[in-house]
Amino acid sequence: MKEFASDKKSRVPAFLSFVVIALFYLAVFIAEQHLPATSMLFTVLKKGATYALVAVSMNLLNGFTGIFSLGQAGFMLIGAYTYAIFTIPLEQRESVYQYFQGGAVHFTVPVPVALIFAGLAAAFFAFLIGLPVLRLKSDYLAIATLGFAEIIRAIFQWNQLGPITNGSNMLRMFPNFNDFNIRNASGEVTVYLSTTIPFIIAGVCIALIVLLIHSGYGRAFKAIRDDEIAAEAMGINLAHHKQLAFSISSFFAGVGGAMLAMYQTTVQAKSFTSAMTYEILLIVVIGGVGSVTGSVFSSFLFVACSEWWLRFLDEKQMIGTFEVPLLRNGFRLVIFSLIIMIVVLFFRRGIMGTKELPDLFRRKTKEGIK
Amino acid sequence: MWSTVFPYLLSGISVGGQYALIAIGYTMVYGILRLINFAHGDVFMVSGILMVYLVASGIPLYVSIPLVLVLTAFIGFLIERVAYKPLRSAPRMSVMISAIGVSYTLQNLVLYITGGLNQIYPTIPWISNSVTIFGATTKMVTIITPFLTILLVFALVFLINKTKIGMAMRAVSKDFETSQLMGIKINSVISTTFVIGSFLAGVGSMLYFTNYTTVIQTSGAMPGLKAFVAAVFGGIGSIPGAVVGAFIIGIMENIIKGLDVILFKAGMIAKPLGLATFSDAFTFALLIIILVVKPTGLFGEKTTDKV
Amino acid sequence: MRKILSALLVLALLVPCFAVADDLPVVKIGVFEPASGDSGAGGKQETLGMQYANQETPTVTIGDTEYKVELVYADNGSSTDKAPSAAQQLVSQQVSVALGSYGSAVSIAGSLYFKDANIPVIGVTCTNPQVTLNNNHYFRICFLDPFQGTVLANYAFKELGARTAYCLAELGNDYDVGLSTYFQQEFEKLGGTVISDFFPTGNSDFTSYLTNATMFNADVFFCPVSIAYSTQILQQAAAQNVTFPILGGDTLDSNVVANAAKGTNVKVVITTFYQEGANPTFDTGFKAWLNSNAEAMTNNGGNDMISAVSAMGYDAYYTALEALKAAGSTDSAAVMAALPSVTLTGVSGAIQFDETGDAIRTSAYVKTINTETGDWEFVAEQTVE
Repeated sequence: MKEFASDKKSRVPAFLSFVVIALFYLAVFIAEQHLPATSMLFTVLKKGATYALVAVSMNLLNGFTGIFSLGQAGFMLIGAYTYAIFTIPLEQRESVYQYFQGGAVHFTVPVPVALIFAGLAAAFFAFLIGLPVLRLKSDYLAIATLGFAEIIRAIFQWNQLGPITNGSNMLRMFPNFNDFNIRNASGEVTVYLSTTIPFIIAGVCIALIVLLIHSGYGRAFKAIRDDEIAAEAMGINLAHHKQLAFSISSFFAGVGGAMLAMYQTTVQAKSFTSAMTYEILLIVVIGGVGSVTGSVFSSFLFVACSEWWLRFLDEKQMIGTFEVPLLRNGFRLVIFSLIIMIVVLFFRRGIMGTKELPDLFRRKTKEGIK
Repeated sequence: MWSTVFPYLLSGISVGGQYALIAIGYTMVYGILRLINFAHGDVFMVSGILMVYLVASGIPLYVSIPLVLVLTAFIGFLIERVAYKPLRSAPRMSVMISAIGVSYTLQNLVLYITGGLNQIYPTIPWISNSVTIFGATTKMVTIITPFLTILLVFALVFLINKTKIGMAMRAVSKDFETSQLMGIKINSVISTTFVIGSFLAGVGSMLYFTNYTTVIQTSGAMPGLKAFVAAVFGGIGSIPGAVVGAFIIGIMENIIKGLDVILFKAGMIAKPLGLATFSDAFTFALLIIILVVKPTGLFGEKTTDKV
Repeated sequence: MRKILSALLVLALLVPCFAVADDLPVVKIGVFEPASGDSGAGGKQETLGMQYANQETPTVTIGDTEYKVELVYADNGSSTDKAPSAAQQLVSQQVSVALGSYGSAVSIAGSLYFKDANIPVIGVTCTNPQVTLNNNHYFRICFLDPFQGTVLANYAFKELGARTAYCLAELGNDYDVGLSTYFQQEFEKLGGTVISDFFPTGNSDFTSYLTNATMFNADVFFCPVSIAYSTQILQQAAAQNVTFPILGGDTLDSNVVANAAKGTNVKVVITTFYQEGANPTFDTGFKAWLNSNAEAMTNNGGNDMISAVSAMGYDAYYTALEALKAAGSTDSAAVMAALPSVTLTGVSGAIQFDETGDAIRTSAYVKTINTETGDWEFVAEQTVE
């Protein structure tokens, strides 16, 4: 609440933030047209946009509603599978569902519809899971959602469901980010959109989440986070609001899962482990629990460090004739986890604390007031 | 029927005893700090890796076994001092995230040291021998595990009920702040808890990896998670609860792996259904059921939230 | 913290600039192999073959220019979610051709990235048919699973006299699941019965699966799984005193597996690509190289036994060189166009691609472990009519 109270006083910071975001989108679009498509930059941007959406959806639960859920990977899995199942081209099904005679689903839907399906499927499962689980308190809730994610993974791997989920085998051949590029008749790319479109999808979803946080529901969520018993005394229906936050968060996690599927070009239940949830949780913490901007920043930072900037730590490096010691496969992850530990222990508020982008354009004095 | 079920039961009791030794660490730490120590499973794994490297460096077994136990206990102590103590006054979620961070760090450190390759656990003589019991052949360690587990649990219960440090532990887990006011040295009590928990995880790792001889950085994750589930199942904070929970989970898990066979032999299904897929998931289903029906677990004490 | 972080990042960007330039122009060959994870041991051995070949022939003449061949490594971590970033790493370094991978699942998972960048890939030991099917950029120098499954099923049914087979595969591993399916199809065609089971990734307790096989009175236990799991299965089988032989695919062909079976009484039979002794020049050269290079020795599992995958990695490297020569350019699209007509006599046999991009291979080696010495022994060379 404190961070939005000053909105009414001045529209300038909000306007500036909007301009910054718009310029950033423009920069991404222009970069995409002119830099080689194979540059690692675009990998980072695509994966970063995906993780940003998922991290913000987790932040909606953990940071804004105070529900400590560790089921994110499970909902992403549902989203990714739903998307894949409904978009694999019919002529490819025979080869994808090679052990299940082409599978049981014999139609496809357009990509945007499939994305919404992905979200809805995840939200639906979240609703069902929420019924028993949301009554539990903090760590019990965390461990129960973690358990559900593992159960979902096992169900999707079960061979008897093979005609739908392809058993434990990979789903592939569905439209991916590169299919957003506009090609001419001879197959050459005329307009590159493979990075811009994921940015737009993630951007729209995050904007919706921000709107929700600013609405009456959002204020109720924060009241629940700050003091559950007080919130209930104020007449907020706990069960109803928790269920709502859980389902909405899962909806966006599902869309994020679908985006991850597009990024990876293949989907397999095996990879949606609790380690994935932990990774997203760490992103949220590094960015600042309770800051949408922080989650977005740290997603890009996290992905850039792990995929790009710290890669050199995994390879032997020679400076002149001096071989830098310790550098070999895995060193990157050691450094990376040490950085994370430092953030967790000494910079507990993360990059942004609870500040948002518009706050950065406010004068220091105003920050002092809150 | 008995001869069909027995081998699974045997595997289950064995792995259950090993889970129990890990679960005790979870339950004791939770009892005192109200913290799910996600790194505990990784301490268990690191203990296995230490053994591999110590034996490979030529240190004889009768030295390396106690050395591994001491080092494991020390690692537990160190983790608490570095990662949890600075966060004593922080919200519980921060401490839990720190635990996840430690888990991540330990796994990556081991990945780096081993190069991500599976390490073969050294053979400990005698307990690695094969024995045949009621027609089922297994390793000696399978038979020994439940007895050793129960022995250690009795020793632990004695320690908690009859010694001064045990009394301090009980006091701290009852009421953290009051016991601090009463002059109990909270930090040394917490350290002792971590040392005991890690020591038992070290013993558990020896038994576990003697049975399943490969150690890799992720080896601790699943056993750790299952031991935690066992601790919750039995009522977190309760040592006998954790042990009973661990045995139940170990047995159920192996029964599920053999469920196709059991149902098939009993004539209930015509062909195998691949139910073994659910061996891990079932553990979590059990957890959710118990949390919903009886959130305090089988032996847990009822707590009320203060406003 | 932010300052430290930004300082680190700046450092991160600067360090690669220190890379030293060489006199000869460089052509890059990507090595898309697992160096960690369940298949890490196998991936490293396959990479060893390429490294040995690279130090044997470090340059190649393309057109009229002599190029230095640089191997660019990317660890796909044996997992389908790490494979995309490994593939992109190679793509962003603009390799002319990539080699790999050990394991079919990671090959499939990385495939599209190479395709979009017009980079050809030479599959080394990824045996699942789906790797090369319906695409022009993926080639492969080994045999395929339908063939391998047929050979194994025939061997189990005819040579071992098995009538009931128990198949165990890792959930979600395309190699395991594919090979067991082809095995099952052929074995049932011959008149046998097959029971198949799956275990979740990361499982280490196989005792109950072994019990399942015993309970179903299986005559043979077929587990074409990663090295990490097969070593555990072997040791637990030994502890249970199982009576059935254990049958596996090419993944089991490793000295790590042989070591696990040493001193036990388990019978292990596998099919593979190469048998030590088939090409003495390669064998002695490779062993000498291993013995002179401590790091290579460690990566080979601590002794100088030759794994078939190393021989395959060696052949893949030379196939790539041939393709570069034929293309007359380091441009990846040109290499892709040249690859289908490349032929070569490698240490593992003659290599020639068919219209799908698969090498035409008609024989597989059957090997068994001598449990006293811990060595692989040649049993037969199997062909399928």
